[in-house]
Amino acid sequence: MKAIAARRHHRQAPVVLLVLALLVMGGVYAAFATTSADATVVTQSDDDVEAGRKLFAANCASCHGLNAEGRQNAPSLVGVGAASVYFQVSTGRMPMQADAPQAEAKPPQFGEEATRQLAAYVASLGAGPAIPTEDQVDPAKGDPASGMALFRTNCSMCHAASGAGGALTQGKYAPSVLNTDPAAIYTAMATGPQSMPVFNDMTLTPEEKRDIIAFIDAQKEGAPGGLDLGQIGPVGEGMWAFIVGMGLLIACAVWIGAKSS
Amino acid sequence: MTTTRLERASAGTADFLDQRTGIGVAVKNFARKIFPDHWSFLLGEIALFSFVVLLGSGIFLTMFFVPSMTEVHYEGPWAPMHGVEMSEAFASTLRLSFEVRGGLLMRQIHHWAALLFMAAIVVHMLRVFFTGAFRKPRELNWVVGFTLLILGLAAGFTGYSLPDDVLSGNGLRITDGVVKAIPIIGSYMSYFVFGGEFPGTDIIPRLFTLHILVVPGLILALIGLHLFLVVLHKHTQFPGSGRTDGNVVGFPLFPVYTAKAGGFAFIVFGLITLMAATIQINPVWNYGPYDPSPVSAGAQPDWYMLFLEGSLRLMPGQTEYVIGGYTLSLNVLIPAVVIPGLLFTVLGAWPFLEAYATGEKREHHVLDRPRNAPTRTAAGVAIVTAFFILVLAGANDLIATHFEMSLNDITWAFRVLFFVAPVFAFWITKRICLGLQRRDRDLVLHGHESATIVRLAHGEYIEVHKPLDEHELWLRVNYSSPRPIEIEPAEDSRGVRRKGYRADRIRRRLSEFFYADRIEPVSAEELAAARAHQAEHHALLEGGGRHSAALPAEESTSTTVDVEATSDR
Ligand code: HEC
Ligand code: HEC
Ligand code: HEM
Repeated sequence: MKAIAARRHHRQAPVVLLVLALLVMGGVYAAFATTSADATVVTQSDDDVEAGRKLFAANCASCHGLNAEGRQNAPSLVGVGAASVYFQVSTGRMPMQADAPQAEAKPPQFGEEATRQLAAYVASLGAGPAIPTEDQVDPAKGDPASGMALFRTNCSMCHAASGAGGALTQGKYAPSVLNTDPAAIYTAMATGPQSMPVFNDMTLTPEEKRDIIAFIDAQKEGAPGGLDLGQIGPVGEGMWAFIVGMGLLIACAVWIGAKSS
Repeated sequence: MTTTRLERASAGTADFLDQRTGIGVAVKNFARKIFPDHWSFLLGEIALFSFVVLLGSGIFLTMFFVPSMTEVHYEGPWAPMHGVEMSEAFASTLRLSFEVRGGLLMRQIHHWAALLFMAAIVVHMLRVFFTGAFRKPRELNWVVGFTLLILGLAAGFTGYSLPDDVLSGNGLRITDGVVKAIPIIGSYMSYFVFGGEFPGTDIIPRLFTLHILVVPGLILALIGLHLFLVVLHKHTQFPGSGRTDGNVVGFPLFPVYTAKAGGFAFIVFGLITLMAATIQINPVWNYGPYDPSPVSAGAQPDWYMLFLEGSLRLMPGQTEYVIGGYTLSLNVLIPAVVIPGLLFTVLGAWPFLEAYATGEKREHHVLDRPRNAPTRTAAGVAIVTAFFILVLAGANDLIATHFEMSLNDITWAFRVLFFVAPVFAFWITKRICLGLQRRDRDLVLHGHESATIVRLAHGEYIEVHKPLDEHELWLRVNYSSPRPIEIEPAEDSRGVRRKGYRADRIRRRLSEFFYADRIEPVSAEELAAARAHQAEHHALLEGGGRHSAALPAEESTSTTVDVEATSDR
């Protein structure tokens, strides 16, 4: 039981953190939104760029270079845009740690504000996709049915039809998108991290992106049939049939077969 | 009077059947039937009771499922599908899940029961295999059971394909590929099966007929035959004191066995319902309706079909050849037809293979302990290993993501393991069996070590061994260990080459493969000698004023438990 609890804890930890981060973000955002007519303008202020530069120099420059010009093992960030930084930092991928086939998602190291400052700094280096507004990623405003069709043609070959993720070659993989927050889903599409293709506004319009977000959101509405076994499909079900089903039945058979004396 | 060939043939067939089924005395002792008791004899019942659940829940599902591929737009309550174009089959599956009262529970009961049914069949079959329960006269029943296994696969496959969701569509697409890979007639066959170009509009109604009528009908009939044969042959029993090929030791069918089986039936029903009520299975609403153009990651069949998926995943793709304008898809034919074909043929024909190797004609009603048939046990473990590797290969993407390994490395590892691991498993299992046999032999001849060293009056040290009791002895001594068969020499006394020699030589080879490595069971003389030796020690110890355990021969021999009964075969 302890082991299970520990693992469960481990698996859920990022989610809990994300939720907390979202709450903080909501609060901060609300504070900004009431004082200013246009929140996005606020995040682009020179103060933010300056604070971002400092954060960048302290945390990112060792790999990406002092002016984000790139080194031999990390790409240049000029022109990747705020969206890319937002995705990489809010999912905890950056700053990168282990030398793995692909940057792992981890509990994010920076709060909402610092993330936006970093993004503002990188955005100031060259134009690129921006962080979407709250409205652009609101699942309630999207159409999940259209999102399902779009997800199936554009994403399911890597992320599986249910969004639970899948393996790619040489140790790379497409992670589950079921626990990703809407803005990160949007920025993933807009920037195409690593092996993922870029879905710019020509391939998927912002409305279509929002439909996809609505579909992913609908996928996590809980499993109507009971425990979802991690949504890994028939293999997981087969394992449960053997471990729980046959396991218990054989235990009963042994009990019945045992002589009473 | 001379008998005609036909008469002789029919008499031979009748004799074959009579020897194996005893049709003549069939109904005679039905009332007093005795069933031996062992938990592993309940495995077949798990399959039986799951099948009952399958029938019941399946009938419910047919009331609402619409086996049609007509396109409709979804109007039901599941929001993410609003207005989505889908087949009526898929729409009715959603209706069953979200609108029909109890429909989702029934769907989940049906699917969990199917997984358990196949799991129970496989485990039951392993029990039958490893204990040698398939030997004469039960070879026929093995074949019936084997056919049931294939029919179970067919039932699972046809059912899995019905809801017309992404996963079932992917499965059908693979089937289409396999059919098309058949040389020359492949593409015609595919058109024939799907009623035109894949996917067409015919396949689901066709699969429906197979799934609810043909396959379950056959399964039902064959289960009837299977159980009839079990009753007719009477059940086998595990070796133990008082159990021989000539008797049955166990509980009477009524009331003990009926009560146990009846109780167990409700346990099986209850467990399936519990699982279905709490664990989601095949959430088609997450997968969405089938659309042949996009292919999705993580598409897998139910576990019992996973070996085929794995086989296909392991096969390198380069083995497709174009010969004179015709494509020969060995990359599909070998993994989807040849490999499973070989594994299944060996399995289905095993009783006959083994009978051929022993050359025995006598009946067996006492089961083998797996160690006492080392080659069979080793071959069984090897076959299971091969299947297991294919199953794992079918889940290679999940292994890659869950254990953070490279998909390519895993695939290569499995390619190698598929050939190496069964051989290794065979070798090591056989060694273990022979080792266990040797230990049994030592135990019988020397008894249990008691860790007491005694110094005798004249200075000799001996370790006191506690002799085995009657039951332990019986288990370890009373079994047959065939030797490789002897064949007549190649030439007769006049130096003429004998006719059937070549066939005999093959048989001799097979027999050697089976029985060349063997541990001689303890013979009566050896046992007597060992006992005399033990008695000597015993006397010496008694002389020294010590007490030790009595020898088995002096013990009372009432080993049968009160409630158990014994009847003749
Ligand atoms: C240990 C080295 C390392 C550190 C530290 C690091 N990065 Fe990276 N970063 C990489 C590598 C390698 C890549 C390219 C591969 C990838 O995307 O995973 C990358 C990619 C990126 C990208 C995506 C670029 C694109 O093409 O879209 C962004 C944005 C980014 N890093 C931002 C940051 C920020 C912001 C920080 C500091 C908080 C940071 N990185 C710290 C190594 C590092
Ligand atoms: C070619 C395969 C591929 C396709 C197609 C693809 N992705 Fe991805 N996706 C990836 C990979 C690989 C990553 C991991 C990138 C990383 O770790 O930096 C990823 C990451 C993501 C993430 C981040 C998940 C997280 O929380 O860690 C989201 C969200 C996402 N993808 C959404 C989508 C959507 C939506 C689509 C379709 C519009 C899509 N992807 C299409 C391969 C793909
Ligand atoms: C639909 C699937 C099946 C059902 C419902 C079923 C049911 C049963 C039952 C209830 C018994 C008696 C109890 C027992 O020994 O477990 C039995 C015995 C037996 N089964 Fe099956 N079985 C099935 C499949 C198979 C398969 C796949 C095989 C092997 C290929 C097989 C071979 C045998 C044999 C040889 C016996 C006699 C065992 C003995 O007397 O020791 N059966 N079966």
